[in-house]
Amino acid sequence: MTIEKTLNGSELNIAIVGRLDTTTAPQLEATLKESFDGITKLTLDFAALEYLSSAGLRVLLAAQKTMNKQGEMIIKNVNETINEIFEVTGFIDILTIE
Amino acid sequence: MKELTIAAVIENIDAVTDFVNEQLESYDCPMKAQMQIDIVIDEIFGNISHYAYTPAVGDATIRVEVAEDPLCATITFIDSGVPYDPLAKADPDTTLSADEREIGGLGIFMVKKSMDEVTYEYKDGQNILTIKKSLK
Repeated sequence: MTIEKTLNGSELNIAIVGRLDTTTAPQLEATLKESFDGITKLTLDFAALEYLSSAGLRVLLAAQKTMNKQGEMIIKNVNETINEIFEVTGFIDILTIE
Repeated sequence: MKELTIAAVIENIDAVTDFVNEQLESYDCPMKAQMQIDIVIDEIFGNISHYAYTPAVGDATIRVEVAEDPLCATITFIDSGVPYDPLAKADPDTTLSADEREIGGLGIFMVKKSMDEVTYEYKDGQNILTIKKSLK
């Protein structure tokens, strides 16, 4: 997995390439933790994300909770497999998917 | 039937995924089923790696069988760690808001939802978790 970060003022865009699973989720968690400060809009771009497991969902949930306090979080370009995971787990109602 | 016995550590998730995919390769498996199986490996082998032998390290065996008519994969995960029935856990409440949500329980829930059959048994000192997935 690779993470591409683009910062524009208080807006942070993070594009994730590959798989978000047990081995890679801690990497995203660490990147987010060091980036949250002063961010009011976080956009996660899933265009190149193949799939995610529950380890990835945990990181998304924690990020959503943080952004609920300081602004908004948007997820865009969600593929069909990932969308189905969001539906089954109820994350579709928690996350803002564009 | 093919079997792989490997140290249950998260660094080996990729090796297990590759092994299972190799067994399924020749069957023209639908992309979506393939990805769901990959996620299941991450959840189950990940769990075994994290909890079965902690703090020691032990082995896990992954067995793959493919039946052809109708096309169906049976994957069995076996470890000799602490007895643990992941199916005994209650399903998470998927209607709660972000702030009410608890971390945990989602992995096995995703496994149950994406596979056609999931069974667990503890036998001869081994945790045996079997999943079946139609590849039609």
